[in-house]
Amino acid sequence: MADRDYLSEIRNFCIIAHIDHGKSTLADRILEQTETVAHRDMEEQLLDNMELERERGITIKARAVRLNYKAQDGNTYAFNLIDTPGHVDFNYEVSRSLNACEGAILIVDASQGIEAQTLANTYLAIEQDLEVVPVINKIDLPSAQPEVVKEEIEDVIGIPADDAPLISAKMGINIEAVMEQIVKCVPPPKGDPGAPLKALIFDSYYDSYKGVIVYVRIKEGTLRVGDKIRMMATGAEFQVVELGYMGATSLNSTGELKAGEVGYIAASIKSIGDTKVGDTVTTVENPAEEPLEGYRNVNPMVFSGIYPADGAKYGDLRDALERLQLNDASLTFEPETSIALGFGFRCGFLGLLHMDIIQERLEREYNLDLVTTAPSVIYKIEKMSGETVYIDNPTNYPDPAEIMQAYEPMVKVNVFSPSDYVGNIMELCQERRGIFKDMKYLDETRVDLHYEMPLNEIVYDFFDALKSRTKGYASYDYEMLGFYPSKLVKLDIMLNGDIVDALSFIVHADKAYPRARRIAEKLKEHIPRQLFEVPIQAAIGGKIIARETVKAMRKDVLAKCYGGDITRKKKLLEKQKEGKKRMRQLGTVEVPQEAFMAVLKLDE
Amino acid sequence: MTGLYIHIPFCASKCPYCDFYSERYSKKLAEEYKNAVIRNLSHYNETYDTVYFGGGTPILLWEEIGGILSNVRLCENAEITVEANPCVTDEKRLERLLEGGVNRISFGVQSLNDNELLFLGRKHTAEQAVRVVNLAYKTGFRNISADLMLGLPNQDKSSIYNSVNALSQLPLTHISSYLLKIEEGTPFSEMNIDIPEDEAMSELYLYTCEELDKNGFKQYEISNFARDGFMCRHNLRYWRCEEYIGIGAAAHSFCNGVRFCTERSIEKFISADKQEVVITDDEAGGFDEFAMLKLRLSEGLKFSECEKFGVASETIINRCKKIPSDYIIVNEKSIRLTRNGFMLSNAVIGKILGY
Repeated sequence: MADRDYLSEIRNFCIIAHIDHGKSTLADRILEQTETVAHRDMEEQLLDNMELERERGITIKARAVRLNYKAQDGNTYAFNLIDTPGHVDFNYEVSRSLNACEGAILIVDASQGIEAQTLANTYLAIEQDLEVVPVINKIDLPSAQPEVVKEEIEDVIGIPADDAPLISAKMGINIEAVMEQIVKCVPPPKGDPGAPLKALIFDSYYDSYKGVIVYVRIKEGTLRVGDKIRMMATGAEFQVVELGYMGATSLNSTGELKAGEVGYIAASIKSIGDTKVGDTVTTVENPAEEPLEGYRNVNPMVFSGIYPADGAKYGDLRDALERLQLNDASLTFEPETSIALGFGFRCGFLGLLHMDIIQERLEREYNLDLVTTAPSVIYKIEKMSGETVYIDNPTNYPDPAEIMQAYEPMVKVNVFSPSDYVGNIMELCQERRGIFKDMKYLDETRVDLHYEMPLNEIVYDFFDALKSRTKGYASYDYEMLGFYPSKLVKLDIMLNGDIVDALSFIVHADKAYPRARRIAEKLKEHIPRQLFEVPIQAAIGGKIIARETVKAMRKDVLAKCYGGDITRKKKLLEKQKEGKKRMRQLGTVEVPQEAFMAVLKLDE
Repeated sequence: MTGLYIHIPFCASKCPYCDFYSERYSKKLAEEYKNAVIRNLSHYNETYDTVYFGGGTPILLWEEIGGILSNVRLCENAEITVEANPCVTDEKRLERLLEGGVNRISFGVQSLNDNELLFLGRKHTAEQAVRVVNLAYKTGFRNISADLMLGLPNQDKSSIYNSVNALSQLPLTHISSYLLKIEEGTPFSEMNIDIPEDEAMSELYLYTCEELDKNGFKQYEISNFARDGFMCRHNLRYWRCEEYIGIGAAAHSFCNGVRFCTERSIEKFISADKQEVVITDDEAGGFDEFAMLKLRLSEGLKFSECEKFGVASETIINRCKKIPSDYIIVNEKSIRLTRNGFMLSNAVIGKILGY
């Protein structure tokens, strides 16, 4: 009976919301109101403790915190709030975090309604049998339409929304109603503390003193300090040094963690690779027979070459990537050499946002100036020889004569948008080789479009293009469908007759011409005039399919020399010297680093 | 032996393209300015072989220049130049300058096309410019220079042809031909001036060089042309990276390896016992600077000169391989820029220096 009692006073839940719909703000309010955080420690958006997360208003890594809530029924409940990443790139992580919960708070912006990502994550939650508790936020806004949004929740998601608390996380309105709803609607966890241990890993991070800190949800059994544990998928074994639960600002050590609880484990683990999200922790002494369901190894989807702008910083870049990998097992990298860019790394990412974030963290947190190549997806090639190869770097693309069949990854894309922009979206998706599947009206003004589209078409700048064609109103989301046969070609870019390896890319044959033209134009804009004329050519095999010319420089002179003011001339010369440092010498041609970046954004 | 530059920051009126320091002329201020120049000269114990009064409009100080020169220790055959604006030049003034020791005069002619002169805000006409050059010769000057401005809006080859050929009929020994540049902070920079595109500018420049050459003015620097034996010795100092002393408001000096200048303030200059200077470059005279200056000259950079700085000729020759052959001429002894190369001298010199 005692065990049943402790379980009945636990609520494990997460929050699902679209970017900017107020997830982190609501989390802050809950922390404040349960007095988990002293007001003086209160920083905006406490859970997002990465600088980048605060700035972008998104959660990149999952986080968890335990808080105590004294409910109106007189009982005190232990709330485990598990903050999940909101973006599709981290879908698998999201699904594991959801799996650690029994309920999910669905926050919907009272003025904007449901967005693509919210829906995707809500479906994930429903698939995991979570109780979804809708909450309507930002009711303080003049444009709030809570009744319309309630109806939308009922129509689109198919869950009752009549009791949904109307709140303003920002103004602190009605937060208690949310907490009462959690007590009332989210079921308490189940589990037998006496059974063999099954603990789900839903996150981990590297602490320089304690080694890897693993966040777990105990599904079955009990874990104590000193227990010898095994990761069931990787087979790695460790001895538990410390365990406990997560306070808002610190780890609180306890002696044990029981079924139903959420907590952390420190076991002198050196590598985050040993603590894969989704893996099951059990004890060596009394192991579980079967691991928990749903584990899978995540593979990177998008690849890009990352090079230090200053070749001497190669070592620094490697150190930085290693440091980032400590906390991000889904980041992969291996050394790569480019004739154009020198020494760098081929990096693999879960998706575009992941790539963006890693690049930005490298630049910001590690102070590195980077040159990156256009993102590439992974292609599957069946060769004439019967061999199958996977290509993540255009440079390694086989000779067309060796290729029997090429395959490219396809994704299912959902676009949510006000219906006014349907025409624009369809045009964009068609340009991107999208195959229209269906379109649903969510209500009179909003639609949900489904397309099948090559991932290759969205890795460049799809999101920017979508935003610009829908005045920023559309949101999208994608999931992998697998490899589909495709007609692919490798496009090379030549400057003054020499191939620039870092600019080669793989493209669908039908898209090669317009893409080649656009790239040649972009390069022309960004390559300054040189002492001689520079032809820019795009070629497939030996065939030139686009050409632009950077004309030779005609005037670059300081004519005057009155009064012996030489310093001014010398300064100009020094400026020239500085400028040259930002240039890459490709054969005879000097190319500014911006040119490499410019070809990444062809739609601008 | 060194060179002396004296900046005379007075003008009767300000031209809209000019960013040199000058103030409105007044007799009282000019007198005080002269005294300050003489005071400053006493701080240097030098003998000068070139003296250059630059401006502003130095000829406005026609009554003072002789007095200044009597305080300058000159070596034999010293070249003494005064810049003059045709609109304030007359016989009396020229005579006084000649009597005071001046032996070279440089006129700001700029153009012999009245529309162009009007555009440039010059207060003289083409006819006036022609008259004062002849007058200077008649007065006794045998070394006379004229400035010619290139790259004015709508300027074409025929206008240049006319100006160059008219100038060639005059008793001139030297022509400086500058490309108009819109300088920040000048009235021109606030107007929408449509100067020719780079291509057109380049053609005008090459055409001018050719026309001057035909008329016996040999190019010896990017913007300077002279009849045999009449290169400007003072300006050659700059391009050969030699030292010189500058006196006056906004005057530049290169002395003991340091480049420095004075503030753009007449008031400060006349009130100080010794002019205050601001160091602009305390590591002057290095190889890059030397080469940059030498390569402005038609004589170019000698490899023997490079070796004095510890720079091997092979290094230079190797870098030159990246430069198209119509921009440079390399032989066993030296490297120099062609006229096409002059037009791109910033980029070409950068390459030669390995940037």
